[in-house]
Amino acid sequence: MIRLFAALTIAIFASLPARAEVDITEVTSPGGITAWLVQEPSIPFMALELRFRGGASLDAPGKRGAINLMTGLLEEGAGDLDARAFARASEALAASFGYDVGDDSLSVSARFLTENREAAVDLLRKSIIEPTFEQSALDRVRAQVLTGLRSDTTDPDEIARETFDRLAYGEHPYGSNYRGTLDSVAALTRDDIVAAHRAVFAKDRLYVGAVGDITPEELGPLLDALLGALPEQGAPQPGPADILIEGGTTVVPFDTPQSVAIFGQPGIAQDDPDFFAARLLNQVLGAGGFESRLTTEVRVNRGLTYGVYSFLVPRDHAATLQGQVASSNDRIADAVSVIRDEWARAAEGVTQEELDAAKLFVTGAYPLRFDGNAPIARIMVGMQMLGLPIDYIATRNDKVEAVTLDDVKRVAGELLAPDDLHFVVVGQPEGLESSVAN
Amino acid sequence: MSRLRAALAGLALTVSPLALHAADDAVTSFTLDNGMQVVVVEDHRAPVLQHMVWYKAGSADEPAGASGVAHFLEHLMFKATDTLAEGEFSSTVSANGGRDNAFTSYDYTAYFQRVAADRLELMMRMEADRMRNINFTDENVRTERGVILEERNQRTDSNPRALLSEQMNAAQYANHRYGIPIIGWRHEMKELSMEDLRGFYDTYYHPNNAILVVSGDVTPQEVRTLAEQYYGVIPPKPDLVDRVRVAEPPQNVERRLIFRDARVAQEYVSRSYLAPERDPGNQETAAALTLLAEVLGGGQTSYLTEKLQFDQQKAVFSGAFYRGTSMDDATFDVVVVPAPGLSLEEAEEAMDVALAQFLEDGVDPDQLERIKYQLRASQIYERDNVDGIARRYGAALSVGLSVEDVQAWPDILQAVTEEDIMDAARMVLNRNASVTGWLTRPLAEEVN
Repeated sequence: MIRLFAALTIAIFASLPARAEVDITEVTSPGGITAWLVQEPSIPFMALELRFRGGASLDAPGKRGAINLMTGLLEEGAGDLDARAFARASEALAASFGYDVGDDSLSVSARFLTENREAAVDLLRKSIIEPTFEQSALDRVRAQVLTGLRSDTTDPDEIARETFDRLAYGEHPYGSNYRGTLDSVAALTRDDIVAAHRAVFAKDRLYVGAVGDITPEELGPLLDALLGALPEQGAPQPGPADILIEGGTTVVPFDTPQSVAIFGQPGIAQDDPDFFAARLLNQVLGAGGFESRLTTEVRVNRGLTYGVYSFLVPRDHAATLQGQVASSNDRIADAVSVIRDEWARAAEGVTQEELDAAKLFVTGAYPLRFDGNAPIARIMVGMQMLGLPIDYIATRNDKVEAVTLDDVKRVAGELLAPDDLHFVVVGQPEGLESSVAN
Repeated sequence: MSRLRAALAGLALTVSPLALHAADDAVTSFTLDNGMQVVVVEDHRAPVLQHMVWYKAGSADEPAGASGVAHFLEHLMFKATDTLAEGEFSSTVSANGGRDNAFTSYDYTAYFQRVAADRLELMMRMEADRMRNINFTDENVRTERGVILEERNQRTDSNPRALLSEQMNAAQYANHRYGIPIIGWRHEMKELSMEDLRGFYDTYYHPNNAILVVSGDVTPQEVRTLAEQYYGVIPPKPDLVDRVRVAEPPQNVERRLIFRDARVAQEYVSRSYLAPERDPGNQETAAALTLLAEVLGGGQTSYLTEKLQFDQQKAVFSGAFYRGTSMDDATFDVVVVPAPGLSLEEAEEAMDVALAQFLEDGVDPDQLERIKYQLRASQIYERDNVDGIARRYGAALSVGLSVEDVQAWPDILQAVTEEDIMDAARMVLNRNASVTGWLTRPLAEEVN
């Protein structure tokens, strides 16, 4: 069963930090596959989360988009089933299998009933181990991917994202869209897809979380049946990315009434000892809901936008601090100016009151994340990928509490660099121009 | 913890695999003396809860000329009251580790917070306060109007798909306010005044026009005690207005729209048909339409997907949608994104041929059985997400359905026959009550 807070005081503002406690068991299968398990027998189903480190960043040179397209093909024909037979089989079991890929990992999120667990696991196994990658399915799913990529070419958010990533990460895989380009995806062959599958799926990069109606004794054999046939090793991981972006502004002209901006600068890695100080700093700057400085100044006090945020992006091979805002073309320059001012002000540090409020939120919100079998399975996989200890959940809020005002002031001075902040603006912004040639 | 364990043991013993009503077992409802409805959905696995208040007032209840006022008011509900400073509501929720937000629809406006279970009293105290005590200021109205205009920019004006959808709704409803966007028409949003806001607030924000829905680690008795203390003391509005909505005239003209926009990268054809909604005590037709949408366009094995994507390869995407939880006539929607090289005209023809063929072929019984099995399973999966159950009840009660209607709905869905679905299809697929929209690029570009 899931147990979260051990104790909470009723007092409103003087409350102790909430403690999250989840009983995690490490299970190693007879075949040597390790998983973290939380037993939750009260509802007769389980959630299973698998993650393979590397994800789309393992695309071979010139094959951008291969791993994304491969991911989309996993449930489009496997073993003795074609795409339609596979879909009918999963519907008949009322099981759901989700396959997703990003810059750092490929994830498989499955949910199935206890009453047909064996059949569901066998079907899931087919999709992971024995996808057929039939040419007809490849062409059909490729057309869907190309449809999305064509839509991106006129989507201001996507244009801003692609431009920022290119400027920030250059030739590293992070510098391009993991879904590929219209040209690269059009050129992919079945051999490329088979190679992409071989690159990603291997035991040396596998992380597993399981939550639900299953015992450790049952989970071990399930893991071997599901994943035992995986090869030991996959493709090598890419190296670190240099962050190339410098301070300034890049305007991408686009005919739309509202400009979209993505802004950013170098960030901080998740395993950095100062990460929680940066997390709290960003909570004050731009992550908090209505309370952040950016929301207060840009939205509440001036009504310049519907939403403005900043967020830490600590990926495996590069860390950045980014933000996003949208304002009508005649007001985006004001929004950018206010954000630059707030960036400079936050570099001086925050107040004790702001830090206390940020700590209350960050510690209080933590236990609320453990609100269902699938979320808990995802959190456990994330912990394993970061190399966190199995008892981390109970100690995490103590690490947040230990951050001092001086820590935040020091980290703010080191991290926030107003002169290095770069804005990519897509639209017809009045009063903004590119500071450097694109 | 012993109480939690006992509750869990009870659940484990009473639930048999794929039994119906599994999700509803955790639901309790009652009404306060002042007329405020209360629904409690219990889940004691984690000490977390969600507190929601739903008002039976949405954009379709706005007075003519004041489109967007329901949503504008939702924004201003986060401003000051007599006892809460501006922004204090949300900052208090945040300081307690919680999240809060709100949403506005045609038929309802709802406010919610997700917090640790022992913070329920604080949430109720603040939510009850702002039910009657918001202080509007000219400054709030002016700056927040800027925010909602930017929200319209972001959600609608920057998005050709949203713009087409807005125009299709306007064409679908000749008389009813479902034809007017929830966020409002820009020219009316610009003119929304303090008086508009005050009028909507005073008309609708009363306990006897509201529903409290609490889900999570809480008992009905705890909710009742606190609700009586905070909400129960607010006097009901004696002359609460009935939500009398204007009716649509008979629809007997097919409408066609073409929206051309340079930002369109992927063309598609979309069609909406006027469709009946779930009515209290009479949900059978809506249930058949719900299953029709699944059978026709609900997933990889649906009829349109089979025909248009697999067999003929004329579409890269196809789907059918119906949301019957609505006060008045809803829509049944079909969309087809053509395969490369196919025109919208060809895509629409393929869609119509497939729909006509479906009326001859009928429902595949195996597919229907799979859909019904998935619906039964969803009752189990839903118990892992009681906030979802809470939203389902809140929305249904807000449009005038009863708790009994909500609890009968799974059985009604299971009872739908192939013949019911075909009857519903013949009824709803009426071109004379439809709007067909093409999203496409500007004419000039076609010359190139």
